[in-house]
Amino acid sequence: MLEVANLSVAYGGIGAVHDVSFRVAPGRIVTIIGPNGAGKSTLLNAIMGVLPGRGTVRFQGTDLGARPIEDRVRAGMSLVPEKRELFGTMTVQDNLRLGGFRLRGQPDAPSLDTIYALFPRLAERSRQRAGTLSGGERQMLAMGRALMARPSLLMLDEPSLGLAPRIVQDIFATIARLRETGTAILLVEQNARAALRIADEGHVLEMGAITLSGDSAALEADGRIVEMYLGQGRSKEALLS
Amino acid sequence: MDSTIGLILVQDGVINGAIYALLALSLVLVFTVTRVIFIPQGEFVAYGALTYAALDNGQLPGSVWLLCGLGVAAALAGLWRRQVSARLLALTLALPALVLAVAIWAAPRRLGVAFDAALTLAIVAPMAPYLYRIGFQPLAEASVLVLLIAAVGVHLAMVGLGLVFFGPEGWRATALPAPSLALGDLPVPGQALWIVGLAIALMLALFAFFELTLFGRALRATAVNRLGARLVGIGTAQSGLIAFAIAGAIGALSGILIAPLTTVYYDSGFLVGLKGFTAAIIGGMAAYPPAVLAALAVGLLESFASFWASAFKEVIVFTAIIPVLLWRSLRHGPAEEEE
Repeated sequence: MLEVANLSVAYGGIGAVHDVSFRVAPGRIVTIIGPNGAGKSTLLNAIMGVLPGRGTVRFQGTDLGARPIEDRVRAGMSLVPEKRELFGTMTVQDNLRLGGFRLRGQPDAPSLDTIYALFPRLAERSRQRAGTLSGGERQMLAMGRALMARPSLLMLDEPSLGLAPRIVQDIFATIARLRETGTAILLVEQNARAALRIADEGHVLEMGAITLSGDSAALEADGRIVEMYLGQGRSKEALLS
Repeated sequence: MDSTIGLILVQDGVINGAIYALLALSLVLVFTVTRVIFIPQGEFVAYGALTYAALDNGQLPGSVWLLCGLGVAAALAGLWRRQVSARLLALTLALPALVLAVAIWAAPRRLGVAFDAALTLAIVAPMAPYLYRIGFQPLAEASVLVLLIAAVGVHLAMVGLGLVFFGPEGWRATALPAPSLALGDLPVPGQALWIVGLAIALMLALFAFFELTLFGRALRATAVNRLGARLVGIGTAQSGLIAFAIAGAIGALSGILIAPLTTVYYDSGFLVGLKGFTAAIIGGMAAYPPAVLAALAVGLLESFASFWASAFKEVIVFTAIIPVLLWRSLRHGPAEEEE
């Protein structure tokens, strides 16, 4: 589905990415975890074409080269960016309708109701402006908007950022359910534990390079991960229970 | 000044204000969608008026050759960027060829004002998206200042090309057919009804387009959040082309409407466009309703200024911008540089 090979992004020093390679297969959740400023967002933005990168990004067998963002969307990629990038002065339903821009005029395009079934809160807010939503609702809307394009690869940048634990649980449960539909999911998270719990495999990104890769279960049990991201000096059992 | 003169001045102001309002709307549209300050807007007014006047006089307008030239240049620009598609070739080569054929056939036959107006739109409006493809699409990610300089360049080029293709003499067209009315003592010429009526109809149509259609929403989305729009697959180039096409059509239509009122020269457009720009600035280059109200105010101010101090009427109109800018900067603080 998605193959990233030797991708490097030079980006004003901080958050740069060096020589990163990995794959995402259909129906799999791959997570990239790592500390703040490790280059996680930069990596996603380069895959989506928001930032220029060196190396190859192949999607469904096609080298994307320097194709613009909108071509990648047309090919079936969707990014939910860290800053959400909603249309703040437009209503929730208009935001969702525009999410379906890629599939305009097609009879099998998803309807707003499929998104409302996934996120009932959005149905209540459908005529409200996106700018008036709470953080959790904004995240739901950003995901709903991305799903309206029925992507075959969904990339999520820090979906848990700034959200209450309950909402994080909801959102992650939704992501796990999406996998069942065969969508490939690339999840970038600082919340390593929540991400590893739903992911199939994971990569640790530090200082712009992948330092550790493996099954999410193996990573979750890995002493180095526990030490670095799941808290230092405390017992593994307590943290992963 | 008695009340009759006052009413006539108001009427003049409203007629001009309606034209400025249309131009202000398209300036706001183009700026919010593409961040281009569309200085050549006025040239589209002049081109529209001169093309319409030429057809009205049974002559083949020179602008039809310019349309073909710009179409070929736009196709070459697409070829250069390796973005050639059947649609691009149809829009940049086949469309101008068709318009040229129709114009050559129809010009000597004088098929009436409605046909002339439609043909004028078909000749002038597509030039705007061609210019976008040639000049602005490669700069889509440049700063507002770079885009402004490009727009000034296009404006200067279009004034020069206007001289080449229309010649230095001014033209005037016959009015659109309509009965004159009398409101009390005040005679209302038919052309005034056309201008105000069409301006209102066009504003309602634009409103419906933005609120009800997916492409209208896509343009608004691009104006609200450019990255967000790209992330749902709305291409910068695509929305830029639509915005420019609408601006070109509004400019050409404004030209058709003023052609019977005043003699238009190849360089008459700039001042007209600048007044639309004044109104757009007062509206903050972002909102449509304030821009329309400001345009009416500009029209009224101009018409009363020309009665009391006709030598200074342009000065008075453009000076009106200064207190507005002061007020805006006091109220909103320094403008934020875009992301």
